[in-house]
Amino acid sequence: MTVRLKSAPMNAIAPPPLLIGCAAGFSGDRTDAAGPVVDTLIARLAGGPAQQRAFLIFETLAERTLALAQLRRRDNPEAGYEPLLDAMLRPVLARCLAHGIRIVSNFGAANPRAAARHIARMARELGAAAPRIAVVEGDDLSGPEHRALLRETLGAQMEGLRIVSANAYIGAEPIAAALDAGAQIVVCGRVADPSLTVGPAMSHFGWRADDWHRLGRATMAGHLLECGAQVCGGYFADPGYKDVPGLEAVGFPIAEIDADGNCTIGKADATGGLVSEATVKEQLLYEVHDPSAYLTPDVVADIAEAEVKREQCAADRVALSGVRGHLRPSHYKVNVCHEGGWLAEGEISYAGPRAEARARLAAEVLRKRLDGLALRVDLIGALSILGDDAGRMLADTPDAGLRDVRLRVAATHAERGQAERLAREVMALYTCGPAGGGGVRTALTPRLNTLSCLLPREAVRVRFELLGKEALA
Amino acid sequence: MNTATDMVEVPLYRAAHCRTGDKGDRSNISVIAWHPELYPLLVEQLTPESVAARFRHRAPARVQRFLLPRLHAMNFVLDAVLDGGVNDALNLDAHGKALSFLLLDTPIRVPSALAPLLAGP
Repeated sequence: MTVRLKSAPMNAIAPPPLLIGCAAGFSGDRTDAAGPVVDTLIARLAGGPAQQRAFLIFETLAERTLALAQLRRRDNPEAGYEPLLDAMLRPVLARCLAHGIRIVSNFGAANPRAAARHIARMARELGAAAPRIAVVEGDDLSGPEHRALLRETLGAQMEGLRIVSANAYIGAEPIAAALDAGAQIVVCGRVADPSLTVGPAMSHFGWRADDWHRLGRATMAGHLLECGAQVCGGYFADPGYKDVPGLEAVGFPIAEIDADGNCTIGKADATGGLVSEATVKEQLLYEVHDPSAYLTPDVVADIAEAEVKREQCAADRVALSGVRGHLRPSHYKVNVCHEGGWLAEGEISYAGPRAEARARLAAEVLRKRLDGLALRVDLIGALSILGDDAGRMLADTPDAGLRDVRLRVAATHAERGQAERLAREVMALYTCGPAGGGGVRTALTPRLNTLSCLLPREAVRVRFELLGKEALA
Repeated sequence: MNTATDMVEVPLYRAAHCRTGDKGDRSNISVIAWHPELYPLLVEQLTPESVAARFRHRAPARVQRFLLPRLHAMNFVLDAVLDGGVNDALNLDAHGKALSFLLLDTPIRVPSALAPLLAGP
């Protein structure tokens, strides 16, 4: 890994901003979002200075996604990376390679090497020149060789757990190093989401790993990008109050990051959505707790004095300023996923006069039949997702005479047989329950629970490898 | 009635917009004023105590409020409010994405003079 001894000198003429587009904000995001982003990056590169560069990032890992990927890898050694990798990347891979747009992603999930082989195969099928692909490793602590370390850290919490996966949130340094070594595509497992942006910025501008303010700013640029459309009209529209044009074709975001890490957020050309001070403020604060201390493996970012300002002469462009950064944490956060019993759910609908009363009666019947299971009750249409599991809010909500109500009950149990009782009792309501009950659906799902712990940085061997021809065959 | 301090009661959503995020059993809800002049009254009326009361059925272990005056925004962090969160809760919306709208429905009092700054029809 290259050790950076000093930051690159600042030129008298400022280098052009680095362009970073986001094509996916989570596993399950639209697979047709990348095209317009790549079209826009190509147009900007064609019209911009010769030394301008662009990246495309895909963020596809939520907490449980990785555990599910580990389970798939157990069954099939070639599986365990993002199942939608092909759908997401095939429409844009050839054009990215042809125009020098480098790609960084965590779609490697539990099997970055297999993902890399898939991408190499895809490039061959598309008739593109073989790309230089690197994998980033070290985040995966699931194997038996790490069990002692986890036991030392988790202690008694680990008693009796059936661990499915354990992954450290690693940072931007190995991504930057892989890019410095010539990678065109960097495939990661678990990294902190903003690191997908910080890595390219560090490599492009030659920042040191202790350049806290620049890393803090680039981290918040990454935070704005990491949820895809959430910064440019997605998770925002509220008719009459927050109107978003063309939501069905909402564009995905593109950040321009300067040599100091400051950014301007825009979106793909000729798409729906909008980038406003309001959309940017919402995404800036999303999943943030103390704004002066947003912890990532790369830095502690500080947005307490941040400001957000729309550009006067151009639509859908907003600048972020006033961000600082501080010394990074001494420990990596580690997520441990373990088997957590069974979730049982059952639903049945009632409509017309006294629908709500009949639904409430059915709930009472189920509570009595299923004593021993801690039931959550929802009356969908009257009170559901705002309510708490224990039913305090429902107890405070009298029958309002609603005429189309879907009863839902849910419970968990360590034993599958006990969880299944719920599904059977809801089904039996067809003939044993109140009048007019219809549309029963039931589901039984194995649960995965997570625990978090912290490991000192020195205990985690973070690394990258540029894969050779044999590894990619 | 004192016309100098005439107040109108409106739901929070006319004065601010919000977004929810989650991490484990913890929810954060941003509150962003639609106009800078509305920010002080939000700071006065949406306190950790008043928000904890609004979320009483979720029995939060703690409610913190962080002020971001340069953004005319506040960030509320509510601990233990998601019945364990996405891996443990029995809620269809285990992330608590809808909780921003529970907060947005909170009644607040706005001086009539500022009413033209309120959002919505």
